Amino acid sequence: MNSLIRSTARCMRSGAAACLLRPADGLVRAASARFLCAAADLQKDLGEMVKKDKVVVFMKGTPAQPMCGFSNAVVQILRMHGVDQYASYNVLEDQELREGVKVFSNWPTIPQVYFNGEFVGGCDILLQMHQNGDLVDELKKLGIRSALLDAEKESK
Amino acid sequence: MDPDPNRPVETTIRTKLTEKFKPDHLEVHNESHMHAVPPGSESHFRVLVVSTQFVGLPLIQRHRLVNEALKEELSSRVHALAIQAKTPEQWGVDPALGKSPSCMG
Repeated sequence: MNSLIRSTARCMRSGAAACLLRPADGLVRAASARFLCAAADLQKDLGEMVKKDKVVVFMKGTPAQPMCGFSNAVVQILRMHGVDQYASYNVLEDQELREGVKVFSNWPTIPQVYFNGEFVGGCDILLQMHQNGDLVDELKKLGIRSALLDAEKESK
Repeated sequence: MDPDPNRPVETTIRTKLTEKFKPDHLEVHNESHMHAVPPGSESHFRVLVVSTQFVGLPLIQRHRLVNEALKEELSSRVHALAIQAKTPEQWGVDPALGKSPSCMG
């Protein structure tokens, strides 16, 4: 029910007139139009969501309580680099978001990581970037100094 | 390896990845037993693909190619797909299969 209210609100906010049309055959079509409108609006919202923050993660659960091993791996890797402040969206709370983000990113699985509005990848890619040093460089481009650099410095 | 009628998804994944990438090395592991799904599920997989087709491609593009090859499976029965996509040279340097984190669901 909540997601229906949310999607209707998203729809109304953008002022899309299409949602308010009442075709002759009645409710089913109106529901589809509303659904399509909500889906299109979600894609637009996602475009804004991924740009609003430097680091954005779509995951199962929250950083404090991940509900999936792969999502947890992303949280832990970011934490190792000292990245604890980022936007995270729990797809388990919103089925539309869960499906919508897969369409938006053209990526079939969760978690999904965005840096500066650009899709980076999922858990595997973040792990490999962490292992080969690329993650430190990518965070630097975001203006974030990886905590691992300081850890390295201290140990020298 | 003969197709296993008890593991249709695994067989399909193996076939599609072989056809698409002509891999030097391919591993397909059903990791569903590591997750909160019924026994015998084919929902969580880990694949290792070693192919010359990945040469010069960044990780994200390699993974997108694998996703594309398995589009049908990913939109139906497969919920999670862990991918390692290496060139033959990279495989030579580090011939290890990655390990999936434990399920927290």
